[in-house]
Amino acid sequence: MCLAVPMEVTRIDDMIADVRISGVTRQVRLEIVDRSPEVGDFVIVHAGFALRRLDREEAMETLQLFQEGFNLDFGLSE
Amino acid sequence: MTLDFLNKFKDPDLCRRLLARLEEVCGEPLRFMEVCGTHTVAIFQSGLRSLLPKNIIHLSGPGCPVCVTHESEVDAYLDLAGRSGVVIATFGDLMKVPGGGRRSLKAAQAEGARVEVVYSAFDALELAARTPDAQVVFLGVGFETTAPTTAATVQMAKARGLTNFKLLSFHKLVPPALEVLLSDAETAIDAFILPGHVSTIIGLAPYGFIAERWKRSAVVAGFEPVDILQALLDIALMREAGEPRVVNDYKRAVDDNGNPRARAVMADVFRTETALWRGLGAIPDSGLALRSEYADFDAKACFDIEIVESPPLAGCRCGDVLKGRINPTQCPLFAKACDPAHPVGPCMVSTEGSCAAYYKYNTD
Repeated sequence: MCLAVPMEVTRIDDMIADVRISGVTRQVRLEIVDRSPEVGDFVIVHAGFALRRLDREEAMETLQLFQEGFNLDFGLSE
Repeated sequence: MTLDFLNKFKDPDLCRRLLARLEEVCGEPLRFMEVCGTHTVAIFQSGLRSLLPKNIIHLSGPGCPVCVTHESEVDAYLDLAGRSGVVIATFGDLMKVPGGGRRSLKAAQAEGARVEVVYSAFDALELAARTPDAQVVFLGVGFETTAPTTAATVQMAKARGLTNFKLLSFHKLVPPALEVLLSDAETAIDAFILPGHVSTIIGLAPYGFIAERWKRSAVVAGFEPVDILQALLDIALMREAGEPRVVNDYKRAVDDNGNPRARAVMADVFRTETALWRGLGAIPDSGLALRSEYADFDAKACFDIEIVESPPLAGCRCGDVLKGRINPTQCPLFAKACDPAHPVGPCMVSTEGSCAAYYKYNTD
């Protein structure tokens, strides 16, 4: 039940954001999100509320560590 | 920015290498418990469970909020559902959960109770605004991931003066349950995989006792196969080194300090109290009740609801499953008297329940 899904912010109007995933658009509330998102950010959504702005840099850093540690090529250089 | 980078966390090649490394590192048997229904399903659905080294034993703990909602709590909201002028607003997950007498909300609805399934606590507030002639009672179940969404909604109800919105709070906190599990000698847990999105809210600090007092490791993990394998590898490495710690391996979604804004909203609305957990019993300071400032929105106070401990369901061993004492297949009812079409206990009702996951995915 604690399933939370990363969704892309497409519009913000005060405390309500339009978010999108795989062509599905929903409205979520922003009262408890940790940092105010901007259009184009991904937020983790649970039960109609954004909980957190997803940290792309942290994700890339984790993958970078694997890439180096296991000598893999994810093509992360973009 | 695209979601492509997130797909790397499913990469099969990386998974194979992590598995090989895990095999090398993990000498002694390792019993790990996850306490999140989403982890339960992810471990089965991805096939990881059948790929893990044989000496790594997966225990599925009390990570499904629906499953740990106590029989007495179910009976309390079923009683409320029968009263005139009351509309129950609930997450769909609760509809089929049986109470002490095996009745569920679904049955109550068939008998004429007004029950509405909502996707968010906020939807229940909107329902209350549209339904001024009734008291709309939202059933607050869920852990720290869900509790702040409910708390924010109660704040909005107060700001809008919508006193026909009520909350029946059965919200529960994860860390006190972990402490109960660690003190259960029969369970013998070596390490925890900690729930990712609960941790998004609470951060690492509330888990500190796991390493400090109990000398066990615990890793906050995401839900992709790479996330889970990374967490298991870190657990195995910490054990080899003899240095138990609490570690965050899900940094893209979890700040070590959690989400202070959401916690402030929770703290404004809720205080802690003793709560009943199915299978675990009463745990002090593990439940969230409304503060007196929000008494106008508190269904327990407004409807005089007393939680009377009901007897457990006959024959059902959900309690032992939730504690990791037995596997679902060891319950005498499993796949005989109890299956997803005719569930007896909550662990078979919820799609995230251990029994339902075993029934659907286990091919041992």
